[in-house]
Amino acid sequence: MKLRATLLAAAFVTIGLVPMVHAQDSETEKALEKYRQMLKADPWSNPGLLDVDRGEALWKSPRGPKNVSLEQCDLGKGPGKVDGAFAELPRYFADADRVMDLETRILWCMEKLQGFNRADLVKNPHPGGGRPVKELGAMATYVANKSQGMHYAAKLDQPKEKEAVALGEVLFNRRSGPFDFACATCHAESGRRIRLQSLPFLSDPAEAKKVVGDWPAYRVSSTHVMTMQHRLLDCYWQMRMPRLELGSDVSVALIAYLTKNATGGEINAPAIKR
Amino acid sequence: MRNIAIALGAAVILMSSGAYAQEKPAIDQAKVDAAIKAAFPTAPADWQSRLVPDETMRQCSAYKNLPPKAVADAITAREKANMQYPADGNFMGDWQKGEKLAQSGFGLRFTDYPPRDRPNGGNCYACHQLTKKEVSYGTVGPSLLGYGKNRNFGAAETKLVYEKIYNSHASFPCSLMPRLGANKVLTIEQIKDAVALLMSPDSPVNK
Repeated sequence: MKLRATLLAAAFVTIGLVPMVHAQDSETEKALEKYRQMLKADPWSNPGLLDVDRGEALWKSPRGPKNVSLEQCDLGKGPGKVDGAFAELPRYFADADRVMDLETRILWCMEKLQGFNRADLVKNPHPGGGRPVKELGAMATYVANKSQGMHYAAKLDQPKEKEAVALGEVLFNRRSGPFDFACATCHAESGRRIRLQSLPFLSDPAEAKKVVGDWPAYRVSSTHVMTMQHRLLDCYWQMRMPRLELGSDVSVALIAYLTKNATGGEINAPAIKR
Repeated sequence: MRNIAIALGAAVILMSSGAYAQEKPAIDQAKVDAAIKAAFPTAPADWQSRLVPDETMRQCSAYKNLPPKAVADAITAREKANMQYPADGNFMGDWQKGEKLAQSGFGLRFTDYPPRDRPNGGNCYACHQLTKKEVSYGTVGPSLLGYGKNRNFGAAETKLVYEKIYNSHASFPCSLMPRLGANKVLTIEQIKDAVALLMSPDSPVNK
């Protein structure tokens, strides 16, 4: 109830700013910032925390054809170690012989430990508007939240890790599709907007540090938690590209590149986004 | 020429991050293409071309949109060659239709299929300020407020703005703007409507 009131109040702030926007961009920015501050003011009003709890329950419950929990899943700090694991991802995993981000690693554990069919898990892995984040995403939200307040410290110094970061940078700048867009079209300059939405300059460590650690995040506009893999798919959707497969090398490389840029940035997942 | 450009592009990528350059592994182009192909397994046959940059996009990507003069000239020449003009030589359409398509971001996204009875938008407001009335505009591109008035509604300027919308790289190599005509996002008629939005004295852009 209180949550709904907060969101409603925030919505009115958004609507209320329209008449005064005539003034200048800076006025618009101030009003948007006020909206964001209201959403941040009461952390317990964050609906994403419901998915943190849901994710924890899923993580600890025996599931899948093998009926085991994920408590033996090794996120890089040893089986069962969840605290601080997200802060050191992506990383190279010898058992899978590839670099993995958090969601790709959970996907791997669901397949190898619990016996889920990978193809089923990647077929339709993200929620539509108004639907809750799916199980894998809820668990990713839980694990990320277990690094809340920590700082990104992925080493990314192994050969395959370096290669992932370098591939991510190439992909970030790669323009294709009917709109000729790359990630860099929107995210390679400071202070730009699409409509009224501010765009982070993600190739700049100073700006990447501020925002990358917000994900997975609760999105007010779609009323669900959106994970980083989902966020990338959403960017590619806007770029008029096809559906990005969860766990693909492209997704891992882009996350490795973004995380490298965000090294030292504080983890604040799940944050609240517009 | 092409090989030189690609080699230069690779050099720019390698040098661009200063201190990291030494330890940064070179990424083989074939590897990137293969990774992209694997990452979009649901792309239908008629979407495969979206996965592969054409020569102009490959050059712009390699130089991070700052091509050296020789490459820039090659891009301009290549893109000018594919320009198509209205059959009747008239560049001005209906500014009211132009305003509608400037507002619309519909079209070509994977959720826009199967095609509905709705034209693609140009989504101009996503990146440009155009009119005083629309306050929700982006700033990736320059403000176009007063565009026609500032150019005295000139005929030569009208043709130039048509060309810019049809294929921005013909005048501004490695522009961030989509090649809305050349890539078949908008029809020639729609581009004329967008031209009218910018160049008509009656358009709110010029009020």
